[in-house]
Amino acid sequence: MATAANPYLLPINPAERKNPGWWAMVLIITTEAMLFAYLLFAYFYLGSMANTPWPPSGRPELKLVIPNTIILIVSSGTMWWAESGIRAGSQWRLRSGMLITLLLGIVFLAIQGIEYSRKNFAMQSNAYGSLFFTITGFHGAHVFVGLLFNVVVQLRAWLGHFTAERHLAVTNAAMYWHFVDVVWLVVFTSLYLAPHVM
Amino acid sequence: MTMAQGRSTRQLRRLVLASVTGGFCTACADAPLNYMYGHGPAASSIARLGWWLVIVSAVVVAIVTILVVAAALRRPAAREPMALEGIGAHGGLSWIYIGGLLLPALILILSFALTLGSLHATTRPPRDPVATVQIIGHRWWWEVRYVDRDPTKTIVTANEIHVPVGQPVRLELTSADVIHSFWVPQLAGKTDVIPGLTNVAWLQADRAGVFRGACTEYCGLQHANMNPIVIAEPLMAFQTWVAAQRTDAATPTDPDAAAGQLVFQKSTCATCHAIRGLETLGRVGPDLTHLASRLTLAAGTLENTRGNLAGWIANTQALKPGNDMPVMTLAPNDLQALLAYLETLK
Amino acid sequence: MATSTVPAPLGERLTRIWETAPGLYGVIATVDHKIIGRRYLVTAMVFLVLGGIEAAMMRAQLAAPDMHLISPEVYNQIFTMHGVTMIFWYAAPILSGFSNYLWPLMLGARDMACPRANALSYWTFLMSGIFLYTSVPLGQMPDRGWFAYAPLTELAYSPGLNMDFYAIGLTFLSVSTTVGAINFIATLFKTRAPGMSLNRLPIFVWGTLTTSFAIVFAMPALTASCALLFLDRRVGTHFYDAALGGSPLLWQHLFWSFGHPWVYIVVLPAMGIISDLLPTFCRRPLVGYTFVAMATVTTGILGFGVWVHHMFATGLPATAMSFFAAASMVITIPSAVAVMSWLATMWLGRPVFKTPMLFAAGFIVLFVIGGVSGVATAAIPFDWQLTDTYFVVAHLHYVLIGINVFAVMAGFYYWLPKITGRMMSASLGRWNFWLMFLGFGVGFFPMHTLGLLGMPRRIYTYHAGMGWGWQNLWVTVGAYVFALGVAVFVYNVIWSLVRGEAAGPNPWDGPTLEWATPSPPPPYNFAVIPTVGSRHPLWEGRLDETESRSQLARGPVLDAGRDTFGTTPLDAEPDEILRMPEDTVWPFLLSLSILVICYGLVTGVIWLGIAGAMALLVTIAGWFWPQPSMTPADGEV
Ligand code: HEA
Ligand code: HEA
Ligand code: HEC
Ligand code: CUA
Ligand SMILES: [Cu+2]
Repeated sequence: MATAANPYLLPINPAERKNPGWWAMVLIITTEAMLFAYLLFAYFYLGSMANTPWPPSGRPELKLVIPNTIILIVSSGTMWWAESGIRAGSQWRLRSGMLITLLLGIVFLAIQGIEYSRKNFAMQSNAYGSLFFTITGFHGAHVFVGLLFNVVVQLRAWLGHFTAERHLAVTNAAMYWHFVDVVWLVVFTSLYLAPHVM
Repeated sequence: MTMAQGRSTRQLRRLVLASVTGGFCTACADAPLNYMYGHGPAASSIARLGWWLVIVSAVVVAIVTILVVAAALRRPAAREPMALEGIGAHGGLSWIYIGGLLLPALILILSFALTLGSLHATTRPPRDPVATVQIIGHRWWWEVRYVDRDPTKTIVTANEIHVPVGQPVRLELTSADVIHSFWVPQLAGKTDVIPGLTNVAWLQADRAGVFRGACTEYCGLQHANMNPIVIAEPLMAFQTWVAAQRTDAATPTDPDAAAGQLVFQKSTCATCHAIRGLETLGRVGPDLTHLASRLTLAAGTLENTRGNLAGWIANTQALKPGNDMPVMTLAPNDLQALLAYLETLK
Repeated sequence: MATSTVPAPLGERLTRIWETAPGLYGVIATVDHKIIGRRYLVTAMVFLVLGGIEAAMMRAQLAAPDMHLISPEVYNQIFTMHGVTMIFWYAAPILSGFSNYLWPLMLGARDMACPRANALSYWTFLMSGIFLYTSVPLGQMPDRGWFAYAPLTELAYSPGLNMDFYAIGLTFLSVSTTVGAINFIATLFKTRAPGMSLNRLPIFVWGTLTTSFAIVFAMPALTASCALLFLDRRVGTHFYDAALGGSPLLWQHLFWSFGHPWVYIVVLPAMGIISDLLPTFCRRPLVGYTFVAMATVTTGILGFGVWVHHMFATGLPATAMSFFAAASMVITIPSAVAVMSWLATMWLGRPVFKTPMLFAAGFIVLFVIGGVSGVATAAIPFDWQLTDTYFVVAHLHYVLIGINVFAVMAGFYYWLPKITGRMMSASLGRWNFWLMFLGFGVGFFPMHTLGLLGMPRRIYTYHAGMGWGWQNLWVTVGAYVFALGVAVFVYNVIWSLVRGEAAGPNPWDGPTLEWATPSPPPPYNFAVIPTVGSRHPLWEGRLDETESRSQLARGPVLDAGRDTFGTTPLDAEPDEILRMPEDTVWPFLLSLSILVICYGLVTGVIWLGIAGAMALLVTIAGWFWPQPSMTPADGEV
């Protein structure tokens, strides 16, 4: 029955879209997305101003990035599987799904590292090098943050903090991971694919 | 229009400016960078646009101020000071429709049209330019080059640009270090001088005279003392100047100056300064081949007099702190000789 | 009247639930929006005084031609510190202060949606300011102007730490600004009182809301440009280096695509302050509320489309520039709408000239002067003459002081009685106003004519022959009179704290919700969550408004914990109960660890940076570890 303390029998801190934490996450993602938008603006601006061939070091190699991109997309899938799992109340789908996502993320970073070591230019070589390593590096940093996020939430998952009703942390971790993934697709298209078609 | 009319409209404008600026503008006449009266086609077109904007602004401000003050004086406070007016939340929107949307839109459309007009008039010179001057910004002085197909005829000087009266001159602006901005207000607006880019501008003087300028993009310590001058003179005079500038520095005849020339060569001066005719090809500092023909020293910091020249050499860092020329400690008689020599560089 | 009389036991219970823990712990752990808001206001005023003292030094040097009081090095540092301090550490934070304090009160909530984030945004604001000002004792203050054009800021031309303090300090501050903005948006969408629908929001709320969205979209541009600058300086990249494929104009595009939205960020809430206090002192509702609200939003949006008007002299193609000139003129229309609404409110109402009204009236005049000078600079060819002269300096002070400082003064005189519970002296207030208004006119109007007479900005001295001498003397004198006005204000605040008579809940008979609470408001703001029925809850029945009635005295008390309503984004229908977090030190520790990282970056001491980063991770983990108090006990739904 309705008390003065809880007049309309409303839920307390329901862990869904309604929650301020969810709004906060959406807005953080928005402003992060803008950050990448501005960095890509820098890339295209300097590219359009360049009086040398662009990229100066020739078209970027795709052998490693394409599989790597696929890995990241898959990891988004596993993350989704984990979240929908907990929504259906399945702890093991949550735990295993997040674990796989974590591993895939680590693999992605590792391959990205190899990719870096194969480049015949450095950050300090020229503006293109600066852009390439800065933009992909910023993205890599976001992947890393996504992994830390994953670790903390995962810890709580194994401690059984989450239920079908209360799992805002999972939702946010998932949202962030999907964002990191989408950003990669944009970065990949601009830095790797565009030079091949343009 | 005739001179007489010109003067009278000018006086009229001065009157208006004086009134809109609250009488502050008795100074206008003797402010060499005052651009509200142009002396070239570009500057004049801009000045006309400027006057329109200044006057419209003054009118708008006057109206709003009157409305505020009147509203304040309008009504006696009611007996019960904070009593609410019995009026509803609505009404008064006509203020917004007319004062907020209609009138501003009209004024702004007109202003924008005039802007485009002036833009059209100022981006291109009326005829093809008669000469091209390369201007290279350095911290904190301007290198000036009149290029010629025949490289031996190329003129290199500093901080001082000569132009023929009534002729458009093309400017190619580049920078050796940071961003500067080249500005001679009574002839034309500013153009930034940006490393990696060559910005093209033009100017034309409608009357003979000396027009002061300034660097107007903040460029560090001596941004305040990086002021070029443009000297507009009749075609004949201009051509004689060009001819003179093309010659190498004459070898001095009088013994004093000859000694000075030696001082110049053995002391470090030569590593930074070029004097055509001597084997000194320093490019760090201004070309001194015809130093004595210039009006100012160190980009408008000092008048070009023997005293100032001595002062400049002996303690440049006191006169233009932080500039790239080190203080030169010379024996007194060496200095005197050096000055004698530099003064021969007509 | 409408203020609810609280049954004592309920009040005590709520106080026990909401009040901040006593002692040092409470000082660093509080999440009370009122305490945080007060801190914002005080800290920002301190920065105004710091920036003002720097300005006072500049004016001494410029008072007469060929002065040598200050060396060019020092001059360049103080004019930069002045601009940076005023724009970033005063102008925006002071408004966040008002918003933090007033939002929950105006919206009928018991706190912001994310109280801990609120604490975080204050601590990062304070510590970023401390970081910036550590450059002062080191004699390495930023010295390349507040918009710091590359390549002058590159290592080759700025070898000192000066510009590292700039780049890192601004990035640090952007954390505070962004967190704050996100919190305001979340608050607006979640914690309005039942019935506080969008068409009933005070204009001030509209202003801060628009500003917050603008921050979310614009701030990253500054972060990016500063990050790239730091990389250029410390890692050896070439973003702004024309020699290796970079471009100095990249900095200008990035900076101004942040910079112009920013200038509206620091005025829209201030315009809101005026729009909300005019009705109180004109004794009638604001004319054209909907127009003004829409004008606010439109300005915020258009503000993203004009940045190139700061780059007219860089040699861009004329057609491209014409577009931005047009946009800059279009953006004056919403401002015109606001001005006309204010004038109409004064004319159709009955202005009562209490101190806040004096400042509001002055504000309108200064706003228009500053605005029209902006239009003059928007006319491309004329800007080729005006840009980088004192005309622009005049413009930016008329808008920044006219629209920001004067509105802030009005805001203080209006709301300080609510904040401290004591009235400020009206006679001192009149002195305060006239000193500032006349000082400002005498001091800053001549900057227009100096600009028209060709005086460039950012020069540490000028020659006697230039015809600028005695107008500069005027400027200096006026500036000092203005400063005296500020001093009188500070004195008036102290005076009111010791002498001022008690204000009571609603000293001005204002119409909005914040006046329904006692002054100062209790930790829980509202004993009963109000139900809002109109735009002027406290004027209902006295206006022939045909709107439903608000309920302030009776209603839900939510006293089971730190509870307030969560409501739906548009119509503010209650759809949940938000249990607010307890006091916590994590925000403080988090800011502290960022501060450590920043010192590590600026000094290049790696282990310091790493230590900071570690601390950062720990604090974040600690922060987000579930708080028992926030998950409902069994039995509760
Ligand atoms: C505080 C915030 C603020 C505000 C609100 C504005 C408002 C405006 N600004 Fe300003 N601006 C700055 C802060 C601000 N500015 C700063 C800090 C700089 C300098 C940066 C630097 O270089 O250091 C700057 C510089 C600046 C420039 C670049 C100058 C240069 O460097 O060359 C330009 C150019 O277009 C410009 C334009 C405008 C315009 C068109 C408006 C418009 O929004 C104004 C609109 C308002 C009105 C016009 C008044 C009300 C209208 C009426 C009463 C109707 C009738 C009026 C007419 C019909 C004209 N501003
Ligand atoms: C909100 C923003 C703001 C504010 C309030 C001010 C306030 C003032 N500013 Fe401005 N200023 C800028 C923003 C602002 N400024 C910006 C962005 C620039 C551009 C910087 C750049 O080019 O990079 C600039 C540049 C600028 C210049 C140009 C410098 C140059 O180009 O060389 C000048 C020169 O006169 C100046 C002067 C002043 C003066 C005299 C005040 C006065 O209003 C200050 C008055 C003094 C105070 C308000 C406080 C002092 C009071 C006391 C000490 C007594 C009270 C205290 C106690 C009793 C404890 N400012
Ligand atoms: C390390 C380089 C350097 C040396 C050595 C040097 N100068 Fe200079 N000189 C400069 C620079 C740079 C300027 C421009 C300073 C400025 O205006 O900012 C300059 C300016 C001048 C000017 C003013 C030129 C003009 O057109 O305004 C004169 C005259 C001059 N130097 C003479 C000398 C003499 C004589 C010596 C030797 C005794 C000398 N310089 C040694 C670098 C040097
Ligand atoms: Cu060169 Cu300023
Ligand atoms: Cu702008």
